[in-house]
Amino acid sequence: MTTQEVRLCGLLLQEHFGNVVEKVGTHLIRSGVLTLRALAHETKLPLDLVKKSLCVLVQHGMCTFGAGRRGPAGPVEYRINCEHVFHMLRYPRYIYTAKSLYGDTGELIVEEILQRGHMTMSSTVKTVADRLTHNMPEGQSMDYSEVVSVFSQLVETHFLQRCPPLASAGSSSSGAVDTPLPVATQPTEPESHPDCYKLPYINLTGQGKRRRSSEDGEADQCAAKKARTDNSECGDDDGIYWQVNFQRFHLHFRDQAIISAVSCKLDQSSSEIVRTMLRMSEVTTPAHAAFTQALSANEIFRALLSRSPDARPILDQYLSLLVDDPMEFVGKTGDSGGGMYVVNLHRALANLARATLESVVQERFGSRSARIFRLLLRKRHLEQKQVEDFAMIPAKEAKDMLYKLLSENLVQLQEIPKTPDYAPSRTFYLYTVNQLPTARLLLQHCYKTVGNLIERRLYETKENKRLLEKSQRIEAILASLQATGAEAAQLTEVEEMITVPERQQLESLRHHINKLDSSENQVDETIFLLKSYINSTQASR
Amino acid sequence: MAGSRGRGRSQFSFSVDALGFGRGDCLPSSAHTPSPLYPPMQFRPVPLHTGEEVDYMLALKQELRASSKNLPFHIKAARTKTDVARYSDKYQNGETKNNCIEWSPDWSRMPKELCIKVRKPRKTVIGAKPQLTRKPKAAAGKEEVLQKLEKREEEQHSEEEEDEEKKKQNEEEPDADEDYDEEELEDETDYIMSYFDNGEDFGADSEDNMDEAVY
Repeated sequence: MTTQEVRLCGLLLQEHFGNVVEKVGTHLIRSGVLTLRALAHETKLPLDLVKKSLCVLVQHGMCTFGAGRRGPAGPVEYRINCEHVFHMLRYPRYIYTAKSLYGDTGELIVEEILQRGHMTMSSTVKTVADRLTHNMPEGQSMDYSEVVSVFSQLVETHFLQRCPPLASAGSSSSGAVDTPLPVATQPTEPESHPDCYKLPYINLTGQGKRRRSSEDGEADQCAAKKARTDNSECGDDDGIYWQVNFQRFHLHFRDQAIISAVSCKLDQSSSEIVRTMLRMSEVTTPAHAAFTQALSANEIFRALLSRSPDARPILDQYLSLLVDDPMEFVGKTGDSGGGMYVVNLHRALANLARATLESVVQERFGSRSARIFRLLLRKRHLEQKQVEDFAMIPAKEAKDMLYKLLSENLVQLQEIPKTPDYAPSRTFYLYTVNQLPTARLLLQHCYKTVGNLIERRLYETKENKRLLEKSQRIEAILASLQATGAEAAQLTEVEEMITVPERQQLESLRHHINKLDSSENQVDETIFLLKSYINSTQASR
Repeated sequence: MAGSRGRGRSQFSFSVDALGFGRGDCLPSSAHTPSPLYPPMQFRPVPLHTGEEVDYMLALKQELRASSKNLPFHIKAARTKTDVARYSDKYQNGETKNNCIEWSPDWSRMPKELCIKVRKPRKTVIGAKPQLTRKPKAAAGKEEVLQKLEKREEEQHSEEEEDEEKKKQNEEEPDADEDYDEEELEDETDYIMSYFDNGEDFGADSEDNMDEAVY
């Protein structure tokens, strides 16, 4: 774990779960694996607080536990799964995707499960139905069956999955523990469980209950408490917990990225073709595959929505255009069935990552430096003189830009000696760019950026805490006055308690915080792309 | 290497062309200090994405942040008693205690050593007077308390009957009565709880103690 990753994990844990969990979490990340007693001793927190924090982390799937080094008889050891903590940054994107695919119901289901780590199906359905009912006009309520149907759709398309059963200490778990290490903190892969996507048969009928709108705060807590204590009521699906399948969401994001890249580079119709190809091979392609399943042109034509027979030769033209494109999104693997085509997933990811790197260099150093960078990516190794010639940039400026890129570690220097004593006059100095290490470097920069953004937002909030509290109090007063039907004069009097400069200050504070939050979301998109690329190179090894 | 130096005065040990600068060119000055914390940017950054999707995700993010503070997963250390024990401590509840957890996880999915007492939500014991001695494991459940009271005081019978009726009427709306109850009849004091003001400094320094060790 790098410094920046640990720092970002700490900030995310603090934002969602408070200071105590942050302390416990960061210490556990830094130490690797620890037992409960060691953790409590080293963080100097009371044992109960440490227990509570670990409960929270285990509930959300961020901490795993297993038999320690001393075997099943020894104390249990805990370790944190950093990747899972980073997913917290992406929660809005998951929820928005669920909304775009399955509407408001899907959005609320995913939101509830994300916020609570894992839930049973019955409690999810009840909570979501209640929330939807609350937003509906008076007299209507949401039926449980509709929520159940959306839930089953989410499970069928693998966006939700069952939590894997715990491997009991000492006995060998079913399937996926590959490493025979005694430190058995490897959790069982959820996919190895045969019932991973099987819905439990529960008899769930009813409708969402409407809360009384006059006691919003308390009712919130009461309803929330009811949803929680429902876990202890006997449901038919006790013990079957559902969690969000992050990998499936990531595959979806990756497909989206490829489709939008194709539509930017070529045109809308080609992106439609690629979208169809990806959709057809969604279920058959394993998660880390380098290519999708081969699809024949006939199948693609049948699956495309516009099915006029004139369009068939046009489809063939588009496919050959896609195959010939230097971005290599689509490849041809055979000629049967009118031509067998695959989408090159790993190569597409590599190209997208490369485009990201080039864009970063362009925005930070200018378009001429970007030209040099692209040149080096393409031509691999070049001498100083060759760089100047190929890039058509005068020597002095080229030298300047190269040294700047070198100092930022985006470009590396490779020495090739002619003689064994590495004499500078008899050594070739070649500039080169390696895509994978540069992508890793940029990923660390991104983590640092998000950490900085969060810290700045916390600082801004802290600076203006007094003002924010005042405005919240005044809003509460206004709300209560309006509820009891006050006159307009009273309302304006209360509103004037915030002076105009304070109002401006509040407005600019809100603007800044929105900007910082938006930037976090955008940097997270870059993080996702780079991480997918790095993972794809590791998987193919 | 030393041998070749004497041969030609103007011959350096490396060819200057390979390095890209000529003789007599002034080199950029070497750095004496670490680079500044906020280095000046050469180009302005590209503006952020805008659009409906971006706005929606922004709103989602802020909502999630706000709501996660209210969930029971947001753990706050219990406030340490900074000065003398006060009479009001007996009647202040709703404060988090370190030794209980505010939600009930599935203990079968957690290691046994993490098991901790689950804090039961405050039941709406309407009208029934709680025990005079507050034991930490308070007997939850209205029936038990009612039975105890029946044993203790008989003149309270009529009052209890009234309150039981109220309870049946208001079973679907426990909130209002909870308000009424906590305000008026809590714990046998004669004082209405909301009138009791601890002052601004009471508990205001709980955030300050976060960084230090909590005992």
